[in-house]
Amino acid sequence: MTIQTAPQREEHPRGAVAVEVTGATRVFQGSAGTVTALDGVDLTVGAGEFVSLIGPSGCGKSTLLRLIADLDRPTAGTIEVFGRTAEQARLAHDYGIAFQQAGLLPWRTVRANIELPLAMHGTGRAARRERADHLIELVGLTEFADHYPDQLSGGMQQRVAIARAVAEEPSLLLMDEPFGALDEMTRERLQGELVRICAETRAAVVFVTHSIPEAVFLSDRVVVMSARPGQIREVVDIDLTRAARSDEGLREDAAYFAAVTRVREALHHGSPTPAQGVELR
Amino acid sequence: MTRRLVDAATGLATLVLLALVWELYKWLGPADGWSIGEIRVLPRTSDLAMPHTWEILGRLADPLTAAPDAPSLAGAVLAAGAFSFGIALLSWVLGVTVGILLALGMQRLRVVESAVLPLVILSQTIPLIALAPLVRGWGSRLYLGPVEWEPWMSVAVIASYLAFFPVAVGALRGLQSPDTIHVELMRSYGAGWWATLVRLRLPASVPHLLPALRLAAANAVVGTVVAEVSTGIPGGLGRMILEFANFASSDPAKPWAPLLGAVLLGLVVAGLVALIGLPLSRFRRVEVSA
Ligand SMILES: Nc1ncnc2c1ncn2[C@@H]1O[C@H](COP(=O)(O)OP(=O)(O)OP(=O)(O)O)[C@@H](O)[C@H]1O
Ligand SMILES: [Mg+2]
Repeated sequence: MTIQTAPQREEHPRGAVAVEVTGATRVFQGSAGTVTALDGVDLTVGAGEFVSLIGPSGCGKSTLLRLIADLDRPTAGTIEVFGRTAEQARLAHDYGIAFQQAGLLPWRTVRANIELPLAMHGTGRAARRERADHLIELVGLTEFADHYPDQLSGGMQQRVAIARAVAEEPSLLLMDEPFGALDEMTRERLQGELVRICAETRAAVVFVTHSIPEAVFLSDRVVVMSARPGQIREVVDIDLTRAARSDEGLREDAAYFAAVTRVREALHHGSPTPAQGVELR
Repeated sequence: MTRRLVDAATGLATLVLLALVWELYKWLGPADGWSIGEIRVLPRTSDLAMPHTWEILGRLADPLTAAPDAPSLAGAVLAAGAFSFGIALLSWVLGVTVGILLALGMQRLRVVESAVLPLVILSQTIPLIALAPLVRGWGSRLYLGPVEWEPWMSVAVIASYLAFFPVAVGALRGLQSPDTIHVELMRSYGAGWWATLVRLRLPASVPHLLPALRLAAANAVVGTVVAEVSTGIPGGLGRMILEFANFASSDPAKPWAPLLGAVLLGLVVAGLVALIGLPLSRFRRVEVSA
């Protein structure tokens, strides 16, 4: 694997658009009535672009992510991933995914867990091992390569899950609050690692989070959503360069704080009380 | 390794304790047992009803009968035990195969589950004693080409009928045990039913499957011995239990020998199944969430 040094907005080999969501609506029929989780959502994620979804609890962030991953189907609207349907993209292994829980297979070692997607898609043993070794080093778990998940801390498990998600160098990464269960220090370190990994693989990322600082730190654009029905309220462009992002000093930067303020205002816009479930740190 | 030694020692101590309880009751219990009305709830302690443990063991070394070339009782019991062991093992393999196939079918298709699972449960309500003569009757009327239906095959069928049940239920629970997050991960990999089965469902089913295999082994042993008793086929421990019961008054220690043989059979089979679990220990790791 070579480290990409080219500027980030150059022509992406997979074309210009990673995800194209058009008029996506998802209505859940339950015994307690119907819930409109998403209502006519339009969203375009460019290739190599990092987009965060933020909004109050229950506004449909996970639902939207699951639609893109083809783990769920929209009631109306279409979803395209690299010009194909979401299902074709899933079957073509176009994306890697990480959830809030690590979801490692308990009977597989760290290395075997990271190798899982490669093994399932027929990568040879030697290539698999080489890739896994590289990723294990990238997430700083070299000494734990042969440990089992129950021997790792939560943060370590999450790092394995992220390594697993990027194992196949997907052009698209889908992440649903991957750092949600972690302490602040681990979280910031993993954010730094994620920025590094994204720079390396040039993957487009759709990232669900509850944390405004996290969204701002990581994203090119922050999509602010509102609940009942789940809709996109505003899209905030974050114009911080990726080079600046890999520098920890960014978190104290004035431009960074300005962006945090803009996202916060977008979240509160139109709602007199602070949105529930969003961390305002 | 030390744990296994401790386990073995504990097992041995339990046996000794059991023998002690036997002797203690024999010593202290009323000679005529203890009855509530007509029903005797505690056994008689006479030497006829409860021979001393050392007499039972000592009898094993003596010849089977008074005939000059008779083998020792222990030898006869071991030979019968080996015969029953063969049938029990075959029944276990049959039962496990059928049970796992049923579980796979039920996991694969909801319809199969709702159609078959009630039947599977219902099947176990038919008493073995009622089933045994039926199977024997059917078997003798089967035409299998060059192969003749042997009586011991009836026994194997009956015993596997008992053995498949815990496997079918346990394997189904195991195959259905993976969390949504893991199932969705497989889906995100574009994995079909087979790949999901091999990578996720089978490994995840191991903790449920091992106890089921152990239960199946116990059922196969009990099923074999009981089916031998109720069909009366010669050669195994079941028939020996029947025959030796006649010696209860003339040679009171003798009827206990095939029972000891059955216990030994159970231990051997249980031990073999435990061996299966050894290389599978990593599949028994549990997930701890962050
Ligand atoms: N499988 C389902 N069946 C019924 N309703 C559902 C289902 N999944 C989600 N919902 C509903 O859809 C709405 C959006 O849920 P979703 O999980 O997308 O929210 P979210 O934005 O991810 O929330 P959080 O930030 O708490 O994770 C909620 O009201 C939820 O109750
Ligand atoms: Mg969610």
